[in-house]
Amino acid sequence: MSDATPIVSVRRVSKRFGAFTALNEVSLDVAAGEVVCVIGPSGSGKSTLIRCINLLETYDPPGEIVVDGIRVQRGPELASVRAEVGMVFQSFNLFPHMTIRDNIALAPKRVRGLDAATAANKADVLLQRVGIAAQADKYPHQLSGGQQQRVAIARALAMEPKVMLFDEPTSALDPEMVGEVLDVMNTLAHSGVTMIVVTHEMGFARQVADRVVFMDSGEVVETGPPEAVFDRPQKARTQAFLDAVLRH
Amino acid sequence: MGFVETFFNWEVLVSSLPLLLTGLRVTLTLGAVSIVAGLVLGLFVSLLRLYGVMPLRILARIYIDVFRSIPILVLLIVVYYALPFVGLRLSPFMSAATTLTLISGAYTAEIFRAGIQAIPRGQFEASQALGLRYRHMMSDVILPQAIRIVIPPLTGNCINVIKDTALASVVAMPDLLKQATQAQALEANPTPLIVAALMYLAILWPLVLLVGRLEDRFRREAAS
Ligand SMILES: Nc1ncnc2c1ncn2[C@@H]1O[C@H](COP(=O)(O)OP(=O)(O)OP(=O)(O)O)[C@@H](O)[C@H]1O
Ligand SMILES: [Mg+2]
Repeated sequence: MSDATPIVSVRRVSKRFGAFTALNEVSLDVAAGEVVCVIGPSGSGKSTLIRCINLLETYDPPGEIVVDGIRVQRGPELASVRAEVGMVFQSFNLFPHMTIRDNIALAPKRVRGLDAATAANKADVLLQRVGIAAQADKYPHQLSGGQQQRVAIARALAMEPKVMLFDEPTSALDPEMVGEVLDVMNTLAHSGVTMIVVTHEMGFARQVADRVVFMDSGEVVETGPPEAVFDRPQKARTQAFLDAVLRH
Repeated sequence: MGFVETFFNWEVLVSSLPLLLTGLRVTLTLGAVSIVAGLVLGLFVSLLRLYGVMPLRILARIYIDVFRSIPILVLLIVVYYALPFVGLRLSPFMSAATTLTLISGAYTAEIFRAGIQAIPRGQFEASQALGLRYRHMMSDVILPQAIRIVIPPLTGNCINVIKDTALASVVAMPDLLKQATQAQALEANPTPLIVAALMYLAILWPLVLLVGRLEDRFRREAAS
């Protein structure tokens, strides 16, 4: 996989908030079809890293991030790069004034130029795919958290992005709804969608990831296949983190 | 003469009513023009104030602060009596409409700003992450949600604009108040003034009730 051109290339990216360093020269390449899970303690910079990939957070020069050959930076091309990068947030962020179908159809209409009927059709197909076809005409507040997050995934998929970013997609969910969202993500992973997933679900990471990235204090400490990182961590910090989370 | 013949004189009412109605029409036209123009101006200024490049942002802010500070009567008199000295002569209607629009625009800009800022950051981020351009993010996602928030204060602002139209009588605008004072002088009887006051009430009281209702509903929705 490493010899193919990466879909996402993060090169020595740093991010400071005032005097505080949230990211310190982080580099990460993600190949097409790869599923990368990012783990690490709270405050280690996981969210900051994936938010830099679609420039919801700016990063400091001279680092750079390239998505599908285009540099991610402010300017006229930014919206088109973002259209190729799907994002699923911890807090869903559905549009509360639109039906589920319209939530999904909006960006394909406005960004991809699909006509209303085609976009609505696409929304229905995607809702089928995430298992909530019956909810298309409802509004977000009428759905459970798990259903809302599945809509959010469908909304991102509707743009047919080159890569999907997930920032702790199950952390805001009641425990009984975590499974349904992870199931959808699992299916996506197996259908070849390129994914970068920030998660505290170690079971999911171990089972689904092609590669696990462990971050601490704004740095990538260790990266490798799940068996290697989880079972034979090379760094003491990784070991300490795994001891802490797996004990619970 | 008794109380009723003085303040509610039927004959005076009937003979002055046509004049009062032309005044009412002018008042309503002036109010409507100023409210609509103020809305457009206010929305534009609020977007500049929030998202413009720095110098424009500062200008927008100065505009908002200045026109919320200046007494409306002072501005009206400056527009009508002072601008002709620099060659800008506006009719009474245009002077009043300009004044009311400028001031309403400043208040409206602040109302829109507060409404837009009340939208959670996640809504902006979700829009941007989907690749929506600024224009569509605002028109499809942010403003439709902000409108709900700003409707009660905007209605309150409409009430103020309509009230303030009465000041236009100072620059000889034939509005409701002006016509009422005219009729009062003509008839040597205050009935036209009383009728004019009742007409103002008839327009504004329902709006005041509406604001109260909208605010209650919004509070309930926010609480649930
Ligand atoms: N806008 C900001 N201003 C200042 N500091 C910030 C800002 N955003 C993030 N930080 C800091 O940067 C550090 C990394 O934050 P980040 O959200 O990336 O962590 P995380 O690994 O996602 O943590 P969590 O697991 O709690 O979500 C934190 O210490 C946080 O306080
Ligand atoms: Mg985070």
